[in-house]
Amino acid sequence: MNKTEPLAEVRDLKVRFVGREDTVHAVNGVSFAVHPGEVLCILGESGSGKSVTLRSLMRLLPDRARIEGDVRVGGQDVLKMSNRSLRDLRGGSVSMIFQEPMTALDPVYTVGEQIGETVRRHTGCDKAKARARALELLNLVRIPSAERRLDAYPHELSGGLRQRAMIAMALSCDPKLLLADEPTTALDATVQIQVLILLRKLQAEMGMGMIFVTHDLGVAAEIADNVAVMYAGRIVEYGPVERMMKAPLHPYTQGLLASTVHDQSRDQDIDAIPGSPPDMRRPPPGCGFAPRCVKARDVCRTAVPAERYPEPGRMAACVAVEVPEMAAA
Amino acid sequence: MSESAVLTTPPAAMEDQAAPATRVRGYWQSVGYRLRHDKVTCFFAFMVLLIILSAVFAPLLSPFDPYKESVIGRLKPFGWRNHILGTDELGRDMLSRILHGGRVSLLMGIVPVLIASCVGGMLGVVAGFMGGRVNTGIMRTMDVFYAFPSVLLAVAISGAMGGGMVNGMLALTLVFIPPMCRVAETATTQVRSLDFIEAARATGAGTFIIIRHHVLGNVLGPVFIYASSLVSVSILLASGLSFLGLGVRPPTADWGLMLSTLRQSIYVVPFVCALPGVAIFITSICFNLVSDGLRQAMDVRM
Repeated sequence: MNKTEPLAEVRDLKVRFVGREDTVHAVNGVSFAVHPGEVLCILGESGSGKSVTLRSLMRLLPDRARIEGDVRVGGQDVLKMSNRSLRDLRGGSVSMIFQEPMTALDPVYTVGEQIGETVRRHTGCDKAKARARALELLNLVRIPSAERRLDAYPHELSGGLRQRAMIAMALSCDPKLLLADEPTTALDATVQIQVLILLRKLQAEMGMGMIFVTHDLGVAAEIADNVAVMYAGRIVEYGPVERMMKAPLHPYTQGLLASTVHDQSRDQDIDAIPGSPPDMRRPPPGCGFAPRCVKARDVCRTAVPAERYPEPGRMAACVAVEVPEMAAA
Repeated sequence: MSESAVLTTPPAAMEDQAAPATRVRGYWQSVGYRLRHDKVTCFFAFMVLLIILSAVFAPLLSPFDPYKESVIGRLKPFGWRNHILGTDELGRDMLSRILHGGRVSLLMGIVPVLIASCVGGMLGVVAGFMGGRVNTGIMRTMDVFYAFPSVLLAVAISGAMGGGMVNGMLALTLVFIPPMCRVAETATTQVRSLDFIEAARATGAGTFIIIRHHVLGNVLGPVFIYASSLVSVSILLASGLSFLGLGVRPPTADWGLMLSTLRQSIYVVPFVCALPGVAIFITSICFNLVSDGLRQAMDVRM
């Protein structure tokens, strides 16, 4: 669908967390690609494996994680990288924004010091230049009176400003790929939209690829080009955001959209998806969503449904999805 | 399914409405500000300074030679022939001996704590950051030391190694390493799980930089506060060791030792005999209160 070389390509990624007693199968065969200038949103609820998938792109997982599959960023195999080149990759061509701006900045260093540190690590420039660059970045993320904020400690900034500082830090070395792990979840609604719009704008200006993890459909609708819906460690539906929001293919996505608040009358109950996500220590043999699915058939419980492509650019892993003859080829 | 359902429309004006920056004060500046406004801590910090200065300049301040004995001038009360604080059982001037004794006591109070904070702190950071087997190895070893009461341990170690100031300091250092290590380990474990460590890793920082920059920066505060509270304990323990004859050797002027030798004369000149004890008491309480003030001034992060 896209002619350019993908920025990041993940093929059949599997991540397990091996513990003493049990093994958690967090990600079970995820494949996707992100092209320059594209925003991919990974949508899913807690424990669906979305953050783990994101972190695998930087190999930023604890030692007990066993990663399998193929993860390529800028043509390089991340899983086979040496620690040294991995350090160059992190914060260099790929960087990350975290969920909690409260804890993602070190409380004992000023914002300027922290941004400058990253700049210096990757470019090797001197302190004065790093500071100038930090100031430039704070202006870029539109922090008011940036000069003074440079010497502010994280606890002196509001949540929104802190998240902007975090973004500034992530952008410090002009990354080609920006990973965002629910960067707006901890912010209140008005700040959330500001940060989203800022991110979208910066992403477009700098031509970055972005992978944005969220559990919020509204956020996904706001920022994404393409959405990958994850459930139980698999991508169950993938496609362009407008078409997915209008006509979701997978029963899980349908359930998600049905359970959001919109123009319905006040006394009407919201349709919730019954049941709860499977225990990933013992993932079900078939479709992960089958136990909660209203359309589940017998085959769903025994085998993982194959990916189907009913329209160009769209995928759904569900047996209930009809594939027209033309598109099947 | 209604289509506009989940699409939030952006507000017209998205540009910043954040409040303008108010006064921006650095962490150490605000610690300094709080300290200056804490009158009690200021007073006791001043006292500590006085004690340290008087120990440093003891030779200049002493009216008499602290080792000059006198057969006729033994155990004299306050004010006897220019001996403002009287004389001890060998006729030596008490004021001079108290001043000189402060040097030993302060040295014994500060040096072991310094060494123990470095060694214990380092062990604790390593244990806390590495976790797993390394942590178990280091922390269980420390727990073995914990099995002994600290006074007993200090007595046992310096008893085994023999008396003398260096051995006494070594003994005290060994006693202080386990608690120091535990404080550093706890602080490190707390810091390690915070996002900014992962964020640092995500910007390409290696383990060494993370430890040096982000872990040490956050662990230094608690370690420093704890160390400052240990100084008074160390002074007390050192005096205790000297009192038991396991610290410095006579005739060196040392508060614990003076207390020990003067104790037989308590019925002759009670106030003179109590002086070294008073000195120990004042010094340790000053250090303690300063440490309390520091804790309060430094602990308010976030």
